Amino acid sequence: MFGKLTWDAIPFDQPIPMAGSLFMTVLIFGILGLVSRKGWWPYLWREWLTSVDHKRIGIMYVVLALLLLLRGFIDAIMMRSQQALAAGGAQGYLPPEHYDQIFSAHGTIMIFFMAMPFVIGLMNFVVPLQIGARDVAFPVLNAISLWLTATGALLVNMSLVVGNFARTGWLGFPPLSELQFSPDVGVDYYLWSLQISGIGTLLAGINFVTTILKLRAPGMSYMRMPVFCWTALSSNMLIVAAFPVLTATFGMLLLDRYAGMHFFTNTGGGNAMLYFNLIWVWGHPEVYILILPAFGIFSEVIATFSGKSLFGYRSMVGATLAICVLSFTVWLHHFFTMGAGADVNAFFGIMSMIIAVPTGVKVFNWLFTLYRGRLRYEPPVLWAIGFMVTFVIGGLTGVLLAVPPADFVLHNSVFLVAHFHNVIIGGVVFGAMAGLNYWFPKAFGFTLDRRLGIVSFWCWLVGFYVAFMPLYVLGLMGMTRRMQHYADRAWQPYLIVAGIGALIILCGIAATIAQLVVSIRTRQSRMDRTGDPWNGRTLEWSTASPPPIYNFAVLPQVESLDAFWAMKQAGKRAPAGHYEAIEIPGNSANGFVTAFFAVITGFAMIWHIWWLAILGLLCAALTLLAFGWIERKEIEISPEQLAADDRAHLAAASAA
Amino acid sequence: MSAHAATLERPGERGLSAAGPASVRIVVGYGFWIFLLSDIIMFSALFATYAVLHEQTAGGPSGRELFALRHVAIETLSLLFSSYTCGLALLAVARRQMRAFYLCAGLTFVLGATFLGLELAEFAGLISRGAGPSRSAFLSAFFALVGLHGAHVTVGLIWLTFMVAQTAYRGPRDFVRRRLLCFSLFWHALDIIWVALLTLVYLMGAR
Repeated sequence: MFGKLTWDAIPFDQPIPMAGSLFMTVLIFGILGLVSRKGWWPYLWREWLTSVDHKRIGIMYVVLALLLLLRGFIDAIMMRSQQALAAGGAQGYLPPEHYDQIFSAHGTIMIFFMAMPFVIGLMNFVVPLQIGARDVAFPVLNAISLWLTATGALLVNMSLVVGNFARTGWLGFPPLSELQFSPDVGVDYYLWSLQISGIGTLLAGINFVTTILKLRAPGMSYMRMPVFCWTALSSNMLIVAAFPVLTATFGMLLLDRYAGMHFFTNTGGGNAMLYFNLIWVWGHPEVYILILPAFGIFSEVIATFSGKSLFGYRSMVGATLAICVLSFTVWLHHFFTMGAGADVNAFFGIMSMIIAVPTGVKVFNWLFTLYRGRLRYEPPVLWAIGFMVTFVIGGLTGVLLAVPPADFVLHNSVFLVAHFHNVIIGGVVFGAMAGLNYWFPKAFGFTLDRRLGIVSFWCWLVGFYVAFMPLYVLGLMGMTRRMQHYADRAWQPYLIVAGIGALIILCGIAATIAQLVVSIRTRQSRMDRTGDPWNGRTLEWSTASPPPIYNFAVLPQVESLDAFWAMKQAGKRAPAGHYEAIEIPGNSANGFVTAFFAVITGFAMIWHIWWLAILGLLCAALTLLAFGWIERKEIEISPEQLAADDRAHLAAASAA
Repeated sequence: MSAHAATLERPGERGLSAAGPASVRIVVGYGFWIFLLSDIIMFSALFATYAVLHEQTAGGPSGRELFALRHVAIETLSLLFSSYTCGLALLAVARRQMRAFYLCAGLTFVLGATFLGLELAEFAGLISRGAGPSRSAFLSAFFALVGLHGAHVTVGLIWLTFMVAQTAYRGPRDFVRRRLLCFSLFWHALDIIWVALLTLVYLMGAR
C-alpha cells in the first residue's frame, strides 16, 4: 500500500537529523498556522500563489532562493565545523553516512535551489521591464515554472524528515548512485526533485528566449538592448540547449534504478563514464547559465553608478555570445583523469583557456567604465568591485586547473572546491546580492538600508577569503574533498581558519536579514516616489516603483542604447496625449495546482507507491487539460485609469 | 548622450528587430519552435547514448538478430502519412472546411495509433524473446530511445483528441487555431526524429 514507506523512514534514533526534521516541521507548520490565524490565505492566494505577473513571480523566486540559501548554509557550517574537529583519530560529531548527505544536499541546494532561482527571479523581474514589455511571452507557463522549481525544493527538504538524502555528491555519479550501491531512497529524492524542477527551468528558458526575441518595445533593436538582457538571452539559450540533456541523463539513471536497465551499471555492458560526459555537457553550460546574468547585473550596476554608458557595449555583447557558444566545448575538463588520451585532453584544456579570454574582455570593459566615472559607493557597487577582484582570482585558478597535467595533481582536491566557490560565491552570489540591492527599490518602492548593506558586503568578502584561501593551500598539501575525517593533523589549523571564515559569512547573511527587516520597518522614511532612485539608464527606471501590473501605461519608444537616460537628457517625459486600453492576463491557479500534484507524484515515485504516483500524474495531466479547456480571461485596464496612473507617476518623478 | 551610443543609431533605419512586440500568433509559434528545439536536444542525448552503447550487447542479441525491417517499414509509412493528413487537417481548418478537418484529424489519429500499436507489438515481441530493456546496455538504449519517441506519439494522440474536442466545442477560434498550429509542428517534429531513428537504429543496425 505505501511502497517502501514505513515508520523507519523517520530518523527517531539519530539526534541530529531528528532535530533538523523537527525544526523543519515546526517551522513549516508554524508559518502555515500563522497565515491561517491572521486570515492571510485569501490575500496570499489572490495576490501571490495564483499570480501570473512576472514581477510577483520574480519576487517569489528570490524569496525561495533566500530561504534555501539558509538551508544550504546550515549544511556548510556543519561541514566546516566537522572538518575543524575531525583530525587525527577524532571522528567529529557527524557520522560518515550523515556527512555524505550533508555535502550532497549542500551542493544540490546551493546550485539548483539557491543560485538558479535567484538569477531566474532577477531575470523574471527585470527583463520585461528593461525591454519595455508588459509581461513575459507566456505568463501562465511562467507560474508553472516557478511552482515546479518550488516542488523540487520541497522534495529535497522533505528528505530531512522522511527518509534520507543522496550520499553521492551534487551530481550523483554512477556506479555509486546505482541501485547496487545506493539502495535507499536518497538518490531517488535527488533525482525526482531535480527532474521536476529541471522541467520548470527548461520552460522558463523557453519563455525568456521568446520574450526577449519577440516582445521588445518599438525601436529596441538588438544593439539597443541593455547588457543584462543580452546576458539573460544567452543564459536562457543555454538553458534551452543544456537542460534537456540533464533531463535525459537523469531519466536514464532513473531507468537503471527503477527498471533494471544498464546505461551506467558495471554489469550488462553499461558505461559509467557515459554519465560523466552527459552530465557535464549540461554541467559546464550550467555554470555559465548562472554567471552570465551576474555579469549582466555588474554591467548595469557599474554603468549606472559611474554615471556613464558602459565602455565597449559591442565587445561586451560579443564576449557574452562567445562564452555562450564556447561553454559547450569545455565539458571534458571536469574529468581529464578519465584517460581520454593526450590529444583529447589537450583540446579541452586549450578550449578552457580560450573561454577565459572573453571573460577578460568583460573585466577590462568594467574597469574602463569605472575609469573617470563619478562613482557612488552604494552597496551594489561594492559587490561589483568585490566581484572583480575575487572573480579574477577564481578565474586564474580555473585556468590553472585547465592545464591537464596540473589537473591530474589537483583533481578532486579541496583546491578544486576552493576554485569553484571562488567563482560561484565571488561571481554568482555577489552578483545576486548586487542585483538584490540594486532592484529592491524598483520592486517595493523603498530603498534598502545602506549601512547594513555595506556590513553584509564586508562580512561576505572577508569571510569568503578566510574560508576559502586555506582550502587552496590544503589542496596543494594533498587534501581530497568530501572527507568526513582525516589523519594528517597538519591540516587542522587551516580547517579551523576556514571554519572561522564560514562564521564571518554567517554574519554577512545575518546582516542581510537585518537589512531587510530594518528597511521594511522604516520603509515610510525611505520611500522612493520617483521610480528612479539611482539615476538609472535603462527602461525599468522609467516606470513607477513598484511598477503597475501592466508595467508601462504607453509602450516606450526606444531611440538609442540607455533609452531612459536619453529620454531624461532630451526632457521627453511628458504624459502621452492618447492612452489605449490594455488587456492583461488574469490570475491562474494552474501552476500551483499542477505543482501540488507534482509533489504527490514525486513523493510517490521516491517511495515506490505506484498507485499514488499514477493518480498524481493523472491529476496533474487533467489539471493542465482542464485549464487548457477554459478560455483565459483577460482583465482590461481602462484608458482613464492609465492616464491617471501615468500622470501621478510623472508628477511624483518631476517633483523630486 | 555620448558619441558612442550615437554611432549605434542610424535614424530612418528601423529593421524588423526594432518593429515592436510581435503578434500573439507569432509569439506562440516561435515559443513552440524553441520548445521543439529543446525536445530534439533531449533526443540527441539519447541518440548519443545509443551510439555509445549499441555494441554493448552483453552476450545477448544484437540489432541484426532482432530488427524486422518489414515491420518497421509499415510503422514508418503510417507515421509519415499521418503527418500528411495532419497537414491537410490544418489546411482544412484554415479554410473553415470543418468536415474535412474532422476527417483528416481522424485519419491522423488512426495512423498515429497504428504506428503506436505496431511499436508496442514490436516491444512485446522483443520482451517475450528475452530481449527486454534490462537484458543489455544496447537494449536499454534501444528501448529508451524508441520508447521516448513512442511516448511523444502517445502524448500527441491525447493532445489531438483534446484539440478535436475543443475545436468541436469552441469552433475554429483564434486561440484554437494557434494550438492546432503547435500540434502540427509537434507532429511533424516527431517525423523528423523518426527519420533519424529509422536510419541510425533500424537501417544501420539491421545490416
